[in-house]
Amino acid sequence: MTDRVSSPFPTIDIEDLGFERGAHLLIKRALAASAVGERLGIRGRDPALAVHLRAWCRAQGHEIIWAESLPAADKTTDWKSSPLVAWIVRGDALGGRWRGSEQAGLPNSLVDGAVNDHPPLTWGLAARGARVEAGGPQFFFGLNSKEQVWAEGIPRLYVQAAAAQWDPATAIDWNQPFELAPEIESAVVQVMTYLIENENAALLVPARFIAQVHPHFREVMQLLAIQIADEARHVEVFTRRALLRGGDLGLSTVGGQTSLKTLLDEPDFTLASFLLSVLGEGSFLNLLWFLQEHAPDPVTRRVAQLAAQDEARHVAFGMGHLQYQISKDPNTLERLAAAADRRHQALTHTAGLNEEVFDALVLLAAGEWSTDAIAQGFSKAEKLKEEMDADRRARLIKLGFPVNDAAAVSALHTRNFM
Amino acid sequence: MAADTGTLVMGAVAYDPKVVAIWEGFKSYFASRGLSFDYVLYSNYERQVEAHLAGHTHVAWNSPLAWIRAERLAQARGQKVEAIVMRDTDQDLTSVIVVRADSTIRTISDLKGKRIAVGAVDSPQATLIPLSYLRANGLAPGVDFDVSYHDVLGGKHGDHIGGEREAARALMAGNADAACVIDGNHLLFLSEGTFPASATRILAQTDPYDHCNFTVSPLAPRELVERFRELLLGMSYDDPKVRPLMDLEGLKAWRDGRTEGYRALDRAVDEENFYDRQGVITVPNYRY
Repeated sequence: MTDRVSSPFPTIDIEDLGFERGAHLLIKRALAASAVGERLGIRGRDPALAVHLRAWCRAQGHEIIWAESLPAADKTTDWKSSPLVAWIVRGDALGGRWRGSEQAGLPNSLVDGAVNDHPPLTWGLAARGARVEAGGPQFFFGLNSKEQVWAEGIPRLYVQAAAAQWDPATAIDWNQPFELAPEIESAVVQVMTYLIENENAALLVPARFIAQVHPHFREVMQLLAIQIADEARHVEVFTRRALLRGGDLGLSTVGGQTSLKTLLDEPDFTLASFLLSVLGEGSFLNLLWFLQEHAPDPVTRRVAQLAAQDEARHVAFGMGHLQYQISKDPNTLERLAAAADRRHQALTHTAGLNEEVFDALVLLAAGEWSTDAIAQGFSKAEKLKEEMDADRRARLIKLGFPVNDAAAVSALHTRNFM
Repeated sequence: MAADTGTLVMGAVAYDPKVVAIWEGFKSYFASRGLSFDYVLYSNYERQVEAHLAGHTHVAWNSPLAWIRAERLAQARGQKVEAIVMRDTDQDLTSVIVVRADSTIRTISDLKGKRIAVGAVDSPQATLIPLSYLRANGLAPGVDFDVSYHDVLGGKHGDHIGGEREAARALMAGNADAACVIDGNHLLFLSEGTFPASATRILAQTDPYDHCNFTVSPLAPRELVERFRELLLGMSYDDPKVRPLMDLEGLKAWRDGRTEGYRALDRAVDEENFYDRQGVITVPNYRY
């Protein structure tokens, strides 16, 4: 290929390879080894080589010296080589493009300094770790500081999330035989209807933030994307279960929707993540476990189980994010408490959980209509609320709330569960 | 209307929407270096040259054909225009005459009696210069061979690539026996598939010629023009602030203007009777 035998400058023989078939790759590679102003001889046999070489060099900012303009000694050809077509004099534009460029952090977030606290907006969509040409367009990413979005243990959370994806078509045996009394089936459908509207909120809240995250925080973006895909699957499987026996969907109430709307209205990523993931999805975990235990049929049991696995990861990300935030700014705890209080005030005059949902949960826990069964079902549904409260308090304490404050903040949580 | 003397006013042809981005970028680059600069867009080079010589603008970003006309119009008035700066990519272009690889045409004289696809009637690179080349090699256009024009956007002097692409397509569709395109577009048409791989053969290549330049009218304020020239030549591809502009305008460096590279076109303009020696448009059926 390149040789320095017959000339002080190297020569490359590209044989019959033309520019339309990649000749420029070999020439660029050889030029990279030359200094600006140095010559590279081009030998080749493609009939269009001279025409294309001229056009290519002009566009790339290299000068060209045609072989016919040189003394005969300079174009000596031995019998093995293709004829010398021209000498390229390397221009300086090739390196110019990369002057002032920056490396956009490092790919592995576990390495110190890999993730920039305030990545420049001009790094834009570049891969973390890529070398970014200076002078690029200024992007707008509202969430552009590490403190706003990062979470403890996020690389591990992403790996787990990616590994735990399931296919609704195969993860659930939709054809499993079961028979339910019509009123029990109605209770399942009502709970599914309620779950769907909650999952719609859980899909849209991260979706609103993901487009604002600086892609430098790759793992945050990826994890939110998976979270959104999780919720899309949940909406699918809950809908499919609700329609499995051919009936209509259940009821959607003003109280339930008003509660969920406050989640969509929260403009701050950290506060939204607190209200949705830590308090809301945290409480939902208890609900899904409850359904897993008391589901009257294997399909309902399975969809609740699969959704609970996903929701547990969403809670873990929310917790990791808040722990990171709190470690950077201890005042975060006050902001979280205030957000819970604001939401409570906004929902004071709403009905909270719709009665049909609670009654459906009682009936599912009861399993039948006898007085004793209903009493037991009611007590299990009440116990569910207590468990939700206890788990919320535990998470709040883990975040650093004193015990009494944790109890107070937990008590402010919406009666709608999410 | 005469341009005021505190601001250097340049004319440019809007052959593509990106032209606005280019000159807005230059305007702010010049402003940041203390040169008050503005631009006026024309839809065609003919109107631009006439306005330039009438004193509406000081400088014009001219196609090679517009340069020829400006030179002739100025001369007719006893004046002189000057080509001060051009792109590195404006120097030493060539055009090629292409045939299908399986064609029996082996030499230029084989083109006798054939049909040759060219670009727009006002394209220096895809029409005027190649036709002049053929004439110099013994074949008179319209007499010894048929000329098939591909008039896309008249008055833009072939800046719009569409006419050349249509000529290339005509060749591949069998509607012409040869096509004339600029060297770089031969490669482009191969890369984009307009010319399928190995389906064409280059029959001939013209001598090198030059393309656009910044043309200065005799009425332009000298100090502003000099500052304009200095700032252009001082633009470095290393500078990330100007590099996107240079990429848009398709150059790596500005060069001092030169006019030797327009001789072939000057001859072609006479042969095709495009303009007379006074710069009057004489070519029939020219719509712009």
